[in-house]
This record gives sequence, structure tokens and C-alpha cells, in this order.
Amino acid sequence: MPEESAVKKRLWTEEFSVQAAEDKYVLRRQFAKFLVLTSFGMLAGNLWIWARSLMGRNKSALPTQEIAKASEIPVGGVKLFNYPGPNDNCILVRPAADRYVAYSQKCTHLSCAVYYSHQDGKLACPCHQGFFSVEDGRVLQGPPPRPLPQVALARKGEQLLATGWVEES
Amino acid sequence: MFGSEFYVDPSRCIGCRSCVAACAECDSHRGVTMITVDFIDRPDMIATVPMVCMHCDEPTCALVCPADAIKRGEDGIVRSALKPRCIACSNCVLACPFGVPKVHVDLELMMKCDMCYDRTSVGLRPMCATVCPSQALSFLPPEQILQRRREQPVNVFQFGNQTVKTKVSLMLPDGVPALSVDVADYTWEEEHARGERSEEAFVD
Repeated sequence: MPEESAVKKRLWTEEFSVQAAEDKYVLRRQFAKFLVLTSFGMLAGNLWIWARSLMGRNKSALPTQEIAKASEIPVGGVKLFNYPGPNDNCILVRPAADRYVAYSQKCTHLSCAVYYSHQDGKLACPCHQGFFSVEDGRVLQGPPPRPLPQVALARKGEQLLATGWVEES
Repeated sequence: MFGSEFYVDPSRCIGCRSCVAACAECDSHRGVTMITVDFIDRPDMIATVPMVCMHCDEPTCALVCPADAIKRGEDGIVRSALKPRCIACSNCVLACPFGVPKVHVDLELMMKCDMCYDRTSVGLRPMCATVCPSQALSFLPPEQILQRRREQPVNVFQFGNQTVKTKVSLMLPDGVPALSVDVADYTWEEEHARGERSEEAFVD
């Protein structure tokens, strides 16, 4: 009958079978094996991530990139750019006439894009109300666990250049 | 008594309720009976029918159980609800086409006939079958029941679109292959309509 075959195909009828003979029991030894193997897997994964981060630091020569002309940004204005890769969004801010700062635009909480609010003088993340100082990128308020990574800037005449990341002090 | 099967013969039931009393005597569920003896049509006749669990091959009660509390063993016996799992939701009570499961709200547990699992698993007959004076409930090897009875055992039932095959057999007159029950025939509306039709026939 169509009704019966439909019932048989449902996933839960295999997982939780009516027939006692089809019950699957996990032995204590199987469970312990699963735990040990999973722990080793987690350890290997973490070691790999750690090794990768070490290698990433070694080759660290980041490109120097022209990002904007100093005069094109008004005081209190921003310019969005990508640095170092084409998918790494960053934000260049001119909080005062003689000051330019640039940060990664990815909030350190859950990677929402932060925006600059000139009235407050803060970089704000709209997702969970996280706020960063525009002066040095430190967390002022909200859930972000780390300051925003700051882009090191250099000035060559009228051009603003991104030269790398500012190391956290 | 290994190899025996359970047979219910409603035509033999005399309504003595010995089975009800004997079931309640069982140590595993003392004081609670898991068998019912119902009048078929109380206003017009005194015929009764004993109802034990039919132990379906695909038990509807277990299929609808959200807590996976009802299990059918390898021997084909559908066990009573597992106490640690049953949440007394009454799904099985509503779903069973034979109306067998009963929920005991005070215990938060569904209890139903498990064909005296403590007895039949060691080769004894179920309590009800041992006490039934007319052997309306009998636990016999299949070849013996064919020798001793005129009626034929039937274990396929049709409830609307659902075909139910059971371990327990119902003794029916010869030539009745499967018992077909349409629930709509027994609703109040249908009985009412049937009554009106018969009244019209009487007037004519």
C-alpha cells in the first residue's frame, strides 16, 4: 500500500525502529573509542591551524597599496577599500583634518561590517551594537572580544598608502 | 506450549469476565486488568467479546509513539510501553484500530496486554487463556485449533485504507477472508442515518 511504503521510507523509522531487533545500542567501549578519536582529531586540527598561522607570519611581506588621495576625503568622511586581498574590506577614516586612520571593516565579534559614526567618533557594528574607538580601534562597548585590526598608513605626497598591519601593543 | 498461537473466538464468549479478573491477578501489573470484555450491542443482545492486544506485525500504536516507548519483539509480541520512555500522550490510544492501549494518567504510563510475556516466554499459557471456561480465549498450536474448531482463524483486518496483519487470530465463520471495518459506519451520524432509513422502511 502507498501509505505503508511512505511510512517505511521516513528516516526516523530507521533511527527509532518499532522492531526491538533493529534497535542499535552503542557500547561503552565504542563510545570511549569515539571520544578518544574525536579528541585526537581536534588536537590535529588545532595543531594544523597553529602551524598555518606561524607560516603565515613568516611570509608576512604585505604589499604596499595606494588607497586614496588625501584630499578626496572630507573631514569626517570615509573611504572603503580592499587590503591586503581583494576580499578583505577595510575602512579609511578621516576623523580630523590632519589625521587619517584605517581599520579592517570586519567586526571581531561575528564579522559584520562596521561603519563610522562621526557624531560619536566611534566605529559601530550594527549587528550586536559593538563599538570601537576610531583613535586606535580598541573595543569601547559590546560583544567584540578584540580590537579592530588597524592598517598601517604611509603618506607619499598626496597619496595615502597601506603598508601592512599595525601590530597590537 | 512453545509454538502456540493466541485465538480469540467472540462467538464462544459468555461474558463471565474471568479473564478480566485473572489478568488483574498478575504480579507484574497487580490490580490493573489489560483485557476488556465489551457488549457488542447492549440494548438488543447480551453477546460479549473479549479484547486482548492483537499484536500487529506493524503496530500502529508503536508507529505513532513519539517517545519510541512501544517495541515489537523478535517473537512478534508488541510489549507494553517502556516505563522510562512513556510520556502518557495517548497517541497510541487514539491510533490503535482495535482500541487496546489504555493510559493510566496517575502512573503516566500506557499499559496494554503483552500476552503475559512473563508466562508465554517460558512456555506457559497467558492468564486469560488458562481461566476462560468456554475457551473463547485459547492459546494452542495452530494445527490443534484447526482440528478442534469449525471456525477459521483470521489475522488480516481492513480498517479503511489500512491493512493490519496480526499475531493473534480472530475465529470467524468459514469463508470470511478478512474483517473489514469502516470506522465511519460506527460514528453517531452514520448510526443515526441508518436508524432513520430503517424507520422509513418500517413505515413503507
